[in-house]
Amino acid sequence: MPAESLRLDHIAKRFGDTPAVDDVTLGIAKGSFVALVGASGSGKSTLLQMINRLITPDTGRVLIDGVDVATGPAHLVRRRIGYVFQGIGLFPHMTVAENIAIGARIAGQPIPDVAALLDLVRLPGAIADRMPDALSGGQRQRVAIARALAPGARLLLLDEAFGALDPVTRDALGREIRDLHDRLGLTTILVTHDMAEALLLATRVLVMRAGRIVADETPAALLAGEGGEAAQALVAVPRDQARRLADLRA
Amino acid sequence: MSAFADALAEVPPLLASHVRLAAAALFAGLAISLPLAVLAHRRPSIGRIVLGFASLVQTIPGLALLALFYPLLLWLSAAAGGGIPALGFLPSLLALTLYALLPIIRNGVAGLDGIDPAVIQAADAVGMTPMQKLRLVEAPLALPVLVAGIRTAAVWTIGAATLSTTVGCPSLGDMIFAGLQTQNWALVLAGCIAAAALAMVVDALIGLVERGIVRRRRGTWIAALAVLAAGVGAAAAPLVQRGGERVVTIGAKNFSEQYILARLIGDRLRDAGYTVRYRDGLGSAVIYRALAGGDVDVYVDYAGTLWNGAMHRSDVPPRAAMVGAIGAWTRRTDGVRLLGPLGFENAYAFAMRGQEARRKDIADLDALARAAPSLRLGSDLEFLSRPEWAAVRRAYGFRFATATPYSPTFMYRALSSGQVDVISAFSSDGRIAADGLTVLADPRHAIPSYDALLLVAPRHADDPRLLGALRPLVGRIPVTAMREANYRVDRDADKQSPDAAARWLAQRLGL
Repeated sequence: MPAESLRLDHIAKRFGDTPAVDDVTLGIAKGSFVALVGASGSGKSTLLQMINRLITPDTGRVLIDGVDVATGPAHLVRRRIGYVFQGIGLFPHMTVAENIAIGARIAGQPIPDVAALLDLVRLPGAIADRMPDALSGGQRQRVAIARALAPGARLLLLDEAFGALDPVTRDALGREIRDLHDRLGLTTILVTHDMAEALLLATRVLVMRAGRIVADETPAALLAGEGGEAAQALVAVPRDQARRLADLRA
Repeated sequence: MSAFADALAEVPPLLASHVRLAAAALFAGLAISLPLAVLAHRRPSIGRIVLGFASLVQTIPGLALLALFYPLLLWLSAAAGGGIPALGFLPSLLALTLYALLPIIRNGVAGLDGIDPAVIQAADAVGMTPMQKLRLVEAPLALPVLVAGIRTAAVWTIGAATLSTTVGCPSLGDMIFAGLQTQNWALVLAGCIAAAALAMVVDALIGLVERGIVRRRRGTWIAALAVLAAGVGAAAAPLVQRGGERVVTIGAKNFSEQYILARLIGDRLRDAGYTVRYRDGLGSAVIYRALAGGDVDVYVDYAGTLWNGAMHRSDVPPRAAMVGAIGAWTRRTDGVRLLGPLGFENAYAFAMRGQEARRKDIADLDALARAAPSLRLGSDLEFLSRPEWAAVRRAYGFRFATATPYSPTFMYRALSSGQVDVISAFSSDGRIAADGLTVLADPRHAIPSYDALLLVAPRHADDPRLLGALRPLVGRIPVTAMREANYRVDRDADKQSPDAAARWLAQRLGL
């Protein structure tokens, strides 16, 4: 059993009367690629954002490498965690290189090797001096990934990170992320509503419904019919699509 | 064209003062608005209150806002045991600063609110502190909208600074107000053009700063900022070498006679070795308080004005007794020295077109009162709210068909063009004779006498050099000479400046 990178200890969060996350306890091993799957409003993004303190839990604790994230200022916690989200959020008034180097700049650290980071996300070094509005959607998300990894983050949080991309780019970027995850030895948590993406990329799939984790299985186990009704309803979608595609060819 | 060239020669010192005032107000406005804009953005409930207040200020007419600071500062100064100047730079600065708030706050909040939420989330996610987020992300992204607000504030402030003339702060408005009073259109035009050109240049330079920053051209915005800074620096330079104790400020109300007398006094004091400054266009209500408070050192007021206004008296004693009583009162109450009457009176005098007065057989105010219901009254801007009008109305029971206030020049125009039938003229005005007007007698002695009185501020009340320079003016100016001097400025053709008329008057009097 590898060491635990992340532990959520009875965390809960309500927005008004609605519980978004309802008493979740969870451990995540170092080096695992965890997909958090669920419908819109199931609480998966809220859960993710409590890990890097973009959202503060009402009750419970979040421990990273055994240390409670609530100790110390929030910005110091966030600087150690890579976070990539659907909105991308590149700083439009900064060049690609300045965007990638922002983590080092605000922490007062030496500027990282931007060319190497661009190479890591398979972008040409020549775009370092471009402004974000001169890039395609896929290029922007790659820059955002490079920005998230630049400070040497070991924990990568992906919040619907591929949601706004076209299917081809989405598929390619998914594989590249998985490749990066393996090469750099990251611990990665991917929030997605797409069960196919989760099954293809993750080593462990968590299914959320109404703020609770209702299934916690490997992709193989889910495909074998484990995980219960809610999880199987989600697995049925890509399985059914694959069958219909196969039928079309026949 | 030479009149315009003469007018342009007056621009530089007034432009410098105008720039000092507008720049100080804009900087103060920025210093207050920027933190308020950030606060209003982060706490929308506070933002609504802040923007509501700034909008409310904006609805107050500029002139009124300036005027309101005068009593407010007087009261504050009294509460603080003195020392706060109620006239001049300070009230102008405060009013213009308030005026600059709204566009800066509103655009600052709009700029911050308009930032893509994803960018803000990214700033948090990469681990920026709130200050880093403001400095590295929010400020640069809100900048274009914010700068548009700053440009608006700059243009408004430069425009509204022309009104500071009325509370005794020199600005390009001095030319506009003086030109309007004396119908010196070259002066008005030069003042307007200078103010408009200043506003346009500043607007363009701030715009250049913004474009330089947004397009990441360091040279552009630094150069534009340098030009702005150099302009403010050049305007502030005269402050460093000011004359100290030898500076005398001469006050004047807003009509030609006052401008001429101020120049006559100024020329004599300059010859006596003083550095002379003028505060033109002050209202009757504020000018005496300005003298008592030391914002003005010398000015000419009229016996009846002080009697009814500052002293709140409504009886009408004989001329000599009245002057004596005023002198004793000013010395006792404020330490102000009444040096003496100049020798002429400038009383309120009801005047009609000569022909019409004869045709309707109106020779005095009793006859006027009988005909009043079918007549239209034109007055100067102050008259209808002055105690003299209340006294005259009580004595004769006037009930005019209409009563319309005009600036003095337009009041005479309105009478000669038939828009009104009777006006509250001034007895020393050259236009009474020139326009063939009939002055109506005051058989009930309701209007007090208006001897022109030379008043000296407490600071100079026993200054032998200054008193010695002014004493030759006492009792020296006959009303005929004053009328002639006034007419030289007020007439439509071959107009003279108040300076020229003052020189003519000095020569005529053999001074």
